Amino acid sequence: MNLFDILGPIMIGPSSSHTAGAARIGNMARTLLGEIPVQAKIHLHGSFAQTGSGHGTDRALVGGLLGMKPDDLRIPFAFEEAEKDGLQFSIDTIELREAHPNTAVIELIGENGARLEMQACSIGGGAIEVHKINGIDVLFTGAFNTLVIHNHDEYGTLAAVTTILSQLHINVANMSLNRAKRGGDALMVLETDQHIKPSQVEFLRDLPGILSLTYYDKEDEEYGFSLRR
Amino acid sequence: MAFHSVAEILELAKLEDIPFWEVVLRSDMEERQVTREESMAKMLITWQAMRDAADAYTGTRRSVSGLVGGDGMRMRQYQLRGKAIAGGYVGEVIAEALSMAESNACMRRIVAAPTAGACGVLPAVLLPLQKDKDLTQRQILEAFYVASGVGMVIAHNACISGASGGCQAEIGTASAMAAAALVSLKGGSDKMIAQAVAIALSNLMGLVCDPVAGLVEVPCVKRNVIGAMNAISAADMALAGIECVVPVDEVIEAMGEVGRSMPVQFRETALGGLANTPTGRAVRDRMQEHQEWK
Ligand code: SF4
Repeated sequence: MNLFDILGPIMIGPSSSHTAGAARIGNMARTLLGEIPVQAKIHLHGSFAQTGSGHGTDRALVGGLLGMKPDDLRIPFAFEEAEKDGLQFSIDTIELREAHPNTAVIELIGENGARLEMQACSIGGGAIEVHKINGIDVLFTGAFNTLVIHNHDEYGTLAAVTTILSQLHINVANMSLNRAKRGGDALMVLETDQHIKPSQVEFLRDLPGILSLTYYDKEDEEYGFSLRR
Repeated sequence: MAFHSVAEILELAKLEDIPFWEVVLRSDMEERQVTREESMAKMLITWQAMRDAADAYTGTRRSVSGLVGGDGMRMRQYQLRGKAIAGGYVGEVIAEALSMAESNACMRRIVAAPTAGACGVLPAVLLPLQKDKDLTQRQILEAFYVASGVGMVIAHNACISGASGGCQAEIGTASAMAAAALVSLKGGSDKMIAQAVAIALSNLMGLVCDPVAGLVEVPCVKRNVIGAMNAISAADMALAGIECVVPVDEVIEAMGEVGRSMPVQFRETALGGLANTPTGRAVRDRMQEHQEWK
């Protein structure tokens, strides 16, 4: 926690957990999909299901899917924006076992056919945690720059990715390997201190053994950025 | 964080012979690895965002539930008629606290301080002072450092969210931060800042979090007013040299203890207090029926 968690964030109301966090969850799902989403099924659990409408959780999630940050003035009008941007969405409630009360499950289809199912929760103060990607358990927050890599040959791929990152002077802060129950597919999650350039992301994507790779760029603390819109 | 209690901030200030706000500024530079200029630039953005939020308020927007919106404007108009019991600065503070808290409920852009639900308290006591020509922007930024330093300590040693410690933790902390900011602005001593925090927090101790239908609207919008009023009186008491018998860090601990032992129905679950009145329950039922996607 730093000073600007106490005096901040600058955000669209009414609730850091139910609105700002929801926008972040939407954004994360859009990023992990890796392309522009055209269809979304949003399932709300717990408090998100009970008070999501009154807190604008629904709008914030859809806004996030459209790429809006938590301080985007268009969030209250996200449903109308979705129509303009050609995003079809549906929202309903779901009951999950042992999930955080502020949890959303999002199923996405992208413009080129990519698919993603993500489960994430909003843990307070606008912070989020991603708990599942395509049925595989994961745990990361988006507080770092994050590489999410879906791969076959985990051993060699992991070594290749970390070697290249160190050559690029990119420091890995946290790393996890998450295996699906069946089959040999695995998800690698690498959280890095430095930003990774798009060209570098492309380079990593071409490594052997990698089925897909997405990169979440940490929200910038750019001065004045939030006020320009 | 470079400090764990208000006493520690006071000690550091004394040791290094620097003001309270400077201690907090330096800890931010250390914590986020930024320069003095970068830290102050971000603080300025925060202040600017608060002013923009105040300017954006029109009183025309309503919350999704329809429960709040427009009272800030109503209060301002009433003030203008000149018959208000609390006019002048205090009157403006009331109107500003309502407006900002309504902006939050109506999905406008606000600055959480320390939470979105309590976002009206700190700007409410500061915004009306802008007209004071002797007051420099620099002083306001200093007051923000003081306020956020106080908020950091409370977050660290107690809690700042309704879900973990009731409204005393949310509006109470906002009020303590605002009181500290006011004392700083008025040139009070570091000790007076600590006294103001102790008084403000003591006077809201035990306040429960009981939002109707679980929404940050009722009683939240008006609670921002009591937070701001409480800050003004606490700051004036401290500036007058009045002291709180229990030292500030003990008050913070006590608030945390009260929060932890608060039954769960009074911690944002909307199961107790105003949320559990016949009217509160009726609003909840109506909201659940009207969910657009149900
Ligand atoms: S009642 Fe609860 S939700 Fe409302 S302002 Fe107080 S702490 Fe926040």
